[in-house]
Amino acid sequence: MPVNFMPTPQELFRFAPEMLLTLVATIIMVLEPLSGADGKRKFAVISFLSLAAAIALSVAAAGDPGAAFSSMIVVDGFSTFFRILVMVAGVLTILISTNYLRMEEHESGEYYALVLFSIVGQCIMVSANELIMLFIGLECSSIASYVLAGFLRDDKRNNESALKYFLLGSFATAFLLYGVAWIYGTTGYTNLSEIRRVLLDPNSNQNMVVISAATALMFVGFAFKVSAAPFQMWAPDVYQGAPAPVTAFMSVGPKAAAFAMFLRVLMTAFEPVKDRWEPLLWTSALATMVIGNFAALRQTNIKRLLAYSSIAHAGYIMVALTAHSDIGTAAAMFYLASYTFMNIGAFAVVTYIARKGERHVEIQDLAGLSQRRPVVAAMLTIFLLSLTGIPLTAGFFGKFYIFKAALDANMVWLAVLGMLNSAVAAYYYLRLIVVMYMQAPSDEMEELPAPSVGIQAAMFAAAAATVFLGVFPSVVLDYAGKSASFIR
Amino acid sequence: MPQLPIALPSQVPLSWYLILSVILFVTGAAGFLLRRNIITVFMCIELMLNAVNLTFIAFSHKLKQVDGNVFSFFVMVVAAAEAAVGLAIILTVFKNRSTLEVDEVSSMKL
Amino acid sequence: MNFLDLIWLIPIIPLIGAAAMLLFGRKLSKSAISIICPGAVGASFALSIGAVMQLASLPEKAHQVILYPWLPLLKADMGYLLDPLSSVMILVVTGIGFLIHVYATGYMAHEHGPRHGGFYRFFGYLNLFVFFMLTLVLANNYALLFVGWEGVGLCSYLLIGFYFHKKSAGDAGKKAFIVNRIGDAGFILGMFFLFQLTGSLKFTEVNEVLRSARFGPEAGVFGLLSLTALLLFIGATGKSAQIPLYTWLPDAMEGPTPVSALIHAATMVTAGVYMCARSNALFSLTPETSHIVAAVGAATAIFAASIGLVQNDIKRVLAYSTVSQLGFMFVAVGVGAYWVAVFHLYTHAFFKALLFLGSGSVIHAMSGEQDMRKMGGLKDKIPVTFRTMFIGSLAIAGIPGLAGFFSKDEILWQAYSNPVLGSKILWAVGLCTAAMTAFYMWRLMFMTFYGEGRMDEHTKHHIHESPKSMTVPLMVLAGGSVCAGWIGMPKVFGENGFMQALEHWLAPVFESGKEVAHAAAGHAAEAAHHDTTTEWVLMGLSIGAALAGILLARHVYLRLKESERPSGGVLYPVLYNKWYVDELYDFLFVNGLSLGGGGLMAKFDREVVDGGVNGTAWMTRLISRISMWYDTWIVDGAVNLGAFSVRAMSYPVRFFQTGFIQSYALVFLAGVLAIFGYYWWVH
Repeated sequence: MPVNFMPTPQELFRFAPEMLLTLVATIIMVLEPLSGADGKRKFAVISFLSLAAAIALSVAAAGDPGAAFSSMIVVDGFSTFFRILVMVAGVLTILISTNYLRMEEHESGEYYALVLFSIVGQCIMVSANELIMLFIGLECSSIASYVLAGFLRDDKRNNESALKYFLLGSFATAFLLYGVAWIYGTTGYTNLSEIRRVLLDPNSNQNMVVISAATALMFVGFAFKVSAAPFQMWAPDVYQGAPAPVTAFMSVGPKAAAFAMFLRVLMTAFEPVKDRWEPLLWTSALATMVIGNFAALRQTNIKRLLAYSSIAHAGYIMVALTAHSDIGTAAAMFYLASYTFMNIGAFAVVTYIARKGERHVEIQDLAGLSQRRPVVAAMLTIFLLSLTGIPLTAGFFGKFYIFKAALDANMVWLAVLGMLNSAVAAYYYLRLIVVMYMQAPSDEMEELPAPSVGIQAAMFAAAAATVFLGVFPSVVLDYAGKSASFIR
Repeated sequence: MPQLPIALPSQVPLSWYLILSVILFVTGAAGFLLRRNIITVFMCIELMLNAVNLTFIAFSHKLKQVDGNVFSFFVMVVAAAEAAVGLAIILTVFKNRSTLEVDEVSSMKL
Repeated sequence: MNFLDLIWLIPIIPLIGAAAMLLFGRKLSKSAISIICPGAVGASFALSIGAVMQLASLPEKAHQVILYPWLPLLKADMGYLLDPLSSVMILVVTGIGFLIHVYATGYMAHEHGPRHGGFYRFFGYLNLFVFFMLTLVLANNYALLFVGWEGVGLCSYLLIGFYFHKKSAGDAGKKAFIVNRIGDAGFILGMFFLFQLTGSLKFTEVNEVLRSARFGPEAGVFGLLSLTALLLFIGATGKSAQIPLYTWLPDAMEGPTPVSALIHAATMVTAGVYMCARSNALFSLTPETSHIVAAVGAATAIFAASIGLVQNDIKRVLAYSTVSQLGFMFVAVGVGAYWVAVFHLYTHAFFKALLFLGSGSVIHAMSGEQDMRKMGGLKDKIPVTFRTMFIGSLAIAGIPGLAGFFSKDEILWQAYSNPVLGSKILWAVGLCTAAMTAFYMWRLMFMTFYGEGRMDEHTKHHIHESPKSMTVPLMVLAGGSVCAGWIGMPKVFGENGFMQALEHWLAPVFESGKEVAHAAAGHAAEAAHHDTTTEWVLMGLSIGAALAGILLARHVYLRLKESERPSGGVLYPVLYNKWYVDELYDFLFVNGLSLGGGGLMAKFDREVVDGGVNGTAWMTRLISRISMWYDTWIVDGAVNLGAFSVRAMSYPVRFFQTGFIQSYALVFLAGVLAIFGYYWWVH
């Protein structure tokens, strides 16, 4: 049977956002050595505009959903949701990065190109319908992130962060890939829908031991990427050491994309063997919440505190995954959207107060922020309240729907334990608010100049989105609910 | 799927390849845990990826498909990219700390 | 003008006020703030009156305004519902809120705060609180109610910690917030179950479904309905400071006094009662949970009152009194007399706000002193405060004719007479509590206003009556404390449209509850028609209890010499408590002897009266000790245990998070092996 490998224009259009971003990133890399020291700013503008265009292309591509490249990728409501989410995270990251890089005297086009490459990888992850494609997207995103984590190459913390991320990340990828190899061997396919078909086929005598082992290996790889226990160890060190804007990016973009591929693989391919996944997910979700929240209680470094907090949030999303239903998927999607805004927002503030060399990242450095910079303090308060899960913020509905999904799936205990966990979490978020509002600034604190336009824009946009999702959650939730059915 | 007539010695059963790949993978993982030099630790990951490639090719042969071979190429390419980035990171670590002892890189903890 | 369609403005106006304060307050003068913020609440009050008057003319007595379909999945809209129940609540919140705002302009006038930010921030938070409180009571569904519920908690947290340079204030704020989160977890779960049961979170639809034939009363079993009601009640215990979650409220007195009056007496803490009254259809289906509610309410009432007997901080006495009165309201909820719970909520708002504001005026006069042992003889120096507080204390003690009498007595009567849910024990506990209430309130009055002044010369020199902005609200509230009860008189006083106005007004809301309750009781309730003689006797007994309490307090604190009473010194509460009980015992014992005089009388006294007295004293002491013991060991113990377990939990994390890449990989591999081990075990 002759196979036509030439993609049709339709297929190319579905893949257009990724192609555009790859092209722009490559052009930036080429132009980088040609531009003078003062000309680096244009790269930020270029990448910003290209991301905006890519978002527009994704929206346009969603008008004509379907598969492309022999079903290697698929454009549906689910992938569009996450494509746009990771691109928005990219936009916000670029906004908070420019000033930071200038302050650290490390402004260069590479940074923006790497962000774009990473986003391309994440877009492939979320739209991949095929295990090898998924692996390529994952690596594309990860390799770019490894470099970004150690971007300030003379900084010891950056080095350490990059090395840890790289070694442990590759280690985890090897496990994931080994699982993929075995799945390929036993089912004969790497396409998610085909795997599902084979697993459902009563005539094919599958070796359940091998399938279990292979899925376990894949679970390990995914759990590592979303920083779920017991594979979360890397996250605090890496998040603490990386440059603040990069941490902001790593804690949302790759995480959202990893959850998206986790969801798709879980719901599409391995739905028939869900009984084997459920105990793993259940245990991991609980352990992740507990470890994240309890470790965060005793942190003094804000970046590290937020790292543990992001582990805890991964635990909540794992609860939604455990529910294994459309409403669970929708809840996870909504949660990731709200988490993206509130977390980037919080990191935008951290980036701002850290100042040159990231000297001010201890909790005490927030003392009296309400008097030194009332607007910034108010913004951080919104993000922290949302992370706590107070009503009228996005975080509340995120948690609300996740626990609702858990109860619907008859996982009462997990829901109750999750709620207790979120009560614990209130403590460390409130501690930051207390320090900001109820402690006087010490006299030796250096003057905080007004935040740059980029940081301001990112903060306001993130705060607006956080509040919007908290007041009008149904807009996003309806969409998420509709797209959840695509990955079944 | 296009099928290719691949001639491998048929008297070697599939399970041997798979057992070898498991041994390679476990050796790699153990090496990752036990070796002290960052470069060696990194090479252990390559070993694990080679175990993956071996599995892909062995299955590809058994299933009489070309896909598995293609996947192993992908894995190799990605491993090469990873090696390029990884060695660069190791290099900067060495430049800043003048050591390749993996336990020396542990300033962030708790 | 159609006020009914404008009810959404009622909460929005204070929100605008709050936004204006928090955004531009720094640039406004104090006088401008003193006009804008009380003005915003006053405008809401005016709108509320207009809307309630128009509501009265509607035949169906309910009006909904839907602003936005908020959560279609849960059938919860951003919508407001004005019905008789919410109309009482908004009038209380805006009316009393307005008076307290006016009072606060005077009280906080000297507030500079760190960097002079205090004044506008205070009023901003206060207006924000009013917004959330109005959202809570006007919401037409549980989800929006919960938004208000969390919002008032947040504002309460901000306002308790307002004097944040005081560490205790910050701690108290945090305690309040965290204790409330425990209750909230119960509320959210209850909400989920309610949705699972009825398929809606809208009050009207929930009630309709619960009233339908699908649900029968769960008498004798503890089923899903009972569990749902219990979870909602757990939420209420957090917000309304009931056992076991009451501990935050006394500590919350660290906040400025107007905050205590508004949030911790008149409005926020009654939200739990409101929510239970709102869920009356559910509670009337679940006699098992109703019993628990009544028992918890009665236990809290007597428990808090017994602690109130021995407190020396004027605001703490009032705080325990609030906890105790809230217990009364829950007794009413528990015996199915929902309208009475709302009635007591409404009268309590008047006299408790009055007493708090009066105590604020006293503290103001005393240059910030809150210890009653350092007060005394203020009667003639601050006459307006004295007279208004006098009325308030009569009202809370339950002297006939004043507001507290009617509502408290109705609760006691319902507890006594309801054939299904009531019981004589509930009534007896309530009666004891009433006597204790009269005692501690009059102890407060006598220690503060009568006798010799015990303050130092400097303070004495500064004593002055508060400004008009503070005394006028006191006078208005005193008027309310007298008259507010007249619209809920018992039927034995005669029946007409005015004297039972409140019951008739609230009847449509509790109709569903009543029908269900009747079904539950198998129409037994109908049989219990009014036994007028009993009612008169019970009324006489409760008046007697109130008078006894007042007279006893008079004896101890007015007649006895000061040297016989504990004076000054920092003593531990337990020790102090004991000392006080000894005093009571000595007094009764010695007095009994001197009264008796002759031998036979003395013998009778010794053997009969003293025995009774000893027994009573012993009981009182026991209750107080148990209260303190509970507070010290169980509550603080739980807090300490929490802190300990947090530290203990963090050890494993710290143990593994060593910073070494290979130890991370080891944990990683251990995880992989655990999963394999699990699969191996399963196969």
